[in-house]
Amino acid sequence: MMIMDITIHTSVLPHVDPDASLAFYRDVLGFEVRSDVGHGTMRWLVVGPANQPDTSILLAPPAADPGITEDERRTITEMMAKGTYGWIQLATRDLDGTFAKVQARDAEVVQEPTEQPYGVRDCAFRDPAGNLVRIQELR
Amino acid sequence: MCHPSWGRALAAAQRLRDLARLRRVRDRIDREYGQPLNVLALARDAHLPAGQLSREFQSAYGKSPYAYVMARRVERATRATTRLPRLGSCPTFASSR
Repeated sequence: MMIMDITIHTSVLPHVDPDASLAFYRDVLGFEVRSDVGHGTMRWLVVGPANQPDTSILLAPPAADPGITEDERRTITEMMAKGTYGWIQLATRDLDGTFAKVQARDAEVVQEPTEQPYGVRDCAFRDPAGNLVRIQELR
Repeated sequence: MCHPSWGRALAAAQRLRDLARLRRVRDRIDREYGQPLNVLALARDAHLPAGQLSREFQSAYGKSPYAYVMARRVERATRATTRLPRLGSCPTFASSR
């Protein structure tokens, strides 16, 4: 096997209200803000956990690519609103403590900490853009 | 008086708000899938008439709330026997233990 030096650097989630998304990832999940460019809804925010400086989440405006048609843009924003578009998987050693803290900030709960039949214990929230944020327990 | 595009923009924004409300209903159905489905309670909490909730849910998700919860139960039972993860889940850590 060829050895490559590649890391997972940034993954991308869409936002609709950048300030609301920023508040969720910074104030509710406790991520640091690494970059904040643009203005209005055309804003690109890079966030990530302080203890993992090499991996980031980019919160970006959806459908900003000029090659996306108006119909496609509408489909994307509607899928985001109905909760079938973006999702991400996070992990923590303290699932119950994390769930309690996030729930206490009035985040939209999708699932309480649950033992899944496939051997994972996880919980889930919606971010303000409707992305599914699933958090699993490291054990 | 109003530019026609404003009306369209307002209608589009309202549609996204309606879809976000349906998302909360669907997430709640997913959380409570093991309990009998109570469309009246879901509709009351979503501030919608039950018939309208069922119609809008079907339009957004392609199934009535009843058909959706049945599909979830079947999916759940299938996963329990095959150990397949659901969308938005990943068994990575479990399988690597």
